[in-house]
Amino acid sequence: MSNLEQEKQLLEGLALNDRTVVEAIYRDNYPVIQSFILNNNGNSDEARDIFQEAMIVIYEKAVSGNFELNCLLKTYIYSVCRRLWLKRLTQLQRYGSLVENVEETVAVEEDLELHEKHNADFILMEKAMNKIGEPCKSLLDAYYLQKKNMQEIAADFGYTNADNAKTQKYKCLVRLKKLFFAQYKNGN
Amino acid sequence: MDEILLIETVERYLKGEMNQQESTFFEEIRKKNPDIDQLVVEHTFLFNELDKQAGIKAFKHNLYEVENKLTEEGIIAKKQLTGKAKVVFLWKKYKRSIAVAASIAGIVSIVTTAVISTYNNKVEKSDITDLMAKVNKTEKDVASIKNSINDNTGIKHNPNPNPGFRATGFLIDGKGFIVTNAHVVNRLKTIYVGNNKGEYFSAQTVYTDNNADLAVLKINDTAFKTISNIPYSINKGNSNLGEQIFTLGYPRKEIVYGEGYLSAKSGNEGDSTAYQVSVSVNPGNSGGPVLNKKGEIIGIITSKNSTADGVVFAAKSKNIYKLIEAVKNSGDTVNIKLPSNTALRGLDREQQVKKMEDFVFMVVGN
Repeated sequence: MSNLEQEKQLLEGLALNDRTVVEAIYRDNYPVIQSFILNNNGNSDEARDIFQEAMIVIYEKAVSGNFELNCLLKTYIYSVCRRLWLKRLTQLQRYGSLVENVEETVAVEEDLELHEKHNADFILMEKAMNKIGEPCKSLLDAYYLQKKNMQEIAADFGYTNADNAKTQKYKCLVRLKKLFFAQYKNGN
Repeated sequence: MDEILLIETVERYLKGEMNQQESTFFEEIRKKNPDIDQLVVEHTFLFNELDKQAGIKAFKHNLYEVENKLTEEGIIAKKQLTGKAKVVFLWKKYKRSIAVAASIAGIVSIVTTAVISTYNNKVEKSDITDLMAKVNKTEKDVASIKNSINDNTGIKHNPNPNPGFRATGFLIDGKGFIVTNAHVVNRLKTIYVGNNKGEYFSAQTVYTDNNADLAVLKINDTAFKTISNIPYSINKGNSNLGEQIFTLGYPRKEIVYGEGYLSAKSGNEGDSTAYQVSVSVNPGNSGGPVLNKKGEIIGIITSKNSTADGVVFAAKSKNIYKLIEAVKNSGDTVNIKLPSNTALRGLDREQQVKKMEDFVFMVVGN
C-alpha cells in the first residue's frame, strides 16, 4: 500500500473517531511537535494544547469529507502546529526568532480560519446549552450529544413514559434554538 | 400546527423517518409556506451544529485518553518541562545575591511575624472545629440492621464495625493506602474504611503528621482487592485564588458532593500548609479530597471555623508528598506510588464524580 493510501485510511478512521488511529497519529507526530515547541519558548503543557488543537483541525477536515491531502500528513500537522504556535507567541508577546529544523511546510491559513469559525460556533452552542438551565440541558445533552434513546432517557430522568420526555425535549429544543440564534446573530 | 408538533415533524423529515407519501406532502407544504420552509432551514442548521458538538466532544474525550496513556509511557512530557534549564542557570548566576537577599528577608520576616502574631490571635482555637462526625444511636441501629442483612445474604464483606466516629479518606495507591486527617486516626483505636457500596475493610495507621494534620492508612483486610487506575492525580504546586473546587465526603452514610472556590492561600492564622476554601462541609467531611476542575487533588478538608460562615480549611496536597517521603524515611518497607495522571481532565463534572466515587472512603471506628 502506498503512503498516500495509508494516510487516506488514517483520515477515514479519524473521521469515525477511531481511538487506535488517534493514538497512531500521536505516536508518529507528537515528539517532533513537542520538541519544536520546547525549543521555541514553550512548555510541555503548551505543546499538549497546540497538538490537541491541531488534531481537532484535522478531525474537522476529515469529517467534512473534502480533505484532499496533497502533502504528507506529517507535513500538514507540522504546518498547522507551527502556525498555531506562532500565533500563540504573538498573543503572549514572547517574540524571538523561530528555531526550527529545515522542515517543509504547506499553507494552512485558510484551514485555520475555517477552524476558528467552527470553534466560535462550538462555543456559542456550549453557551446556549449552559443558559437553558436544568433539566433541559441534561435532557438535550442525553438525546443529541450522548445519543441515548428516548426510553432510556425517560427512565433516567423519571418521566412516566417516553412520550412525555419527548414533549419536554421539544420544549427545550425551542428554547435552545431561540438562545442559539439570538447569540449567533449578535456574535457574527 | 403548534410549534412543538411542527418541530417534531421537521425532525422526522430531516432524519428521513418519513415515508415517501408523507415526505412528498411535507415538501409540498414547504414550497407553499415560506415560514415553514424557513423553520426547516433553521432546524437543519441547529441539528448540524448539535451533531458537530457531539462529534467534537467525543473526539476530545478520546484525545484526553490517548494523552493520558502516552504520558504514562513517557512519550508526552509531563508538566512544566521547559526547553532549557533556565532556572538552574539563573540560580547559578545569582546564587550569591540571592543568599544575601534571603538572609535579610529572613530577619525581616522574623520581626514581622513577631509583631503581627500579637494582633492575630483573635480566632480562638475553640472556634475551629474539626469535621469528624459522631455517629448517633439511631444511625448505629440502622447500620447494624443493615449489617445483619448483608451478613444473611452473604454478598457483601462486612466486619460490622459499629462505628462511633465517621470521617472521609481517599485512596492514593491502589494497594490500599488511604490519606485522611491525623485528628481522625488519633481518636480511633480500631479503624475501618467503607466504600460507596457499603463494604467495610479493617485498616491500620501507617504514619501520622500532626503538623499538617494528615495520616496514611493501609487497608490490611484480605478481602480488599488491589484497585488500579486511580483517576485523579495529586497536585504538587500551589493553587490560585478563586479556582473552582469540589469535594466528596461522608457527612452522611452516603457519599455527598460539594462545590465552591479557593478563598485564601493560607489556613487558620496564616498557616501556610493549608488553604482556606469556601464550600459547604459538615462533620464527617474531615479527610475528604478537594479537587480542581482538571481532576487534580489540591487539598484535604481538615476543619472549619464554627463562628464564621463558609470558612473551611484544607491541608495543601503537596503535604502528601512530604508525608510519603516521611513514610519512606521512617524505615518502613512499604512502597507507596502516588498516582501521577488525571483521567478526569476535560470530562464534565458528573462523569468526574462518577469515576471518583469508588476511590473515596468512609473512615469509621471507635
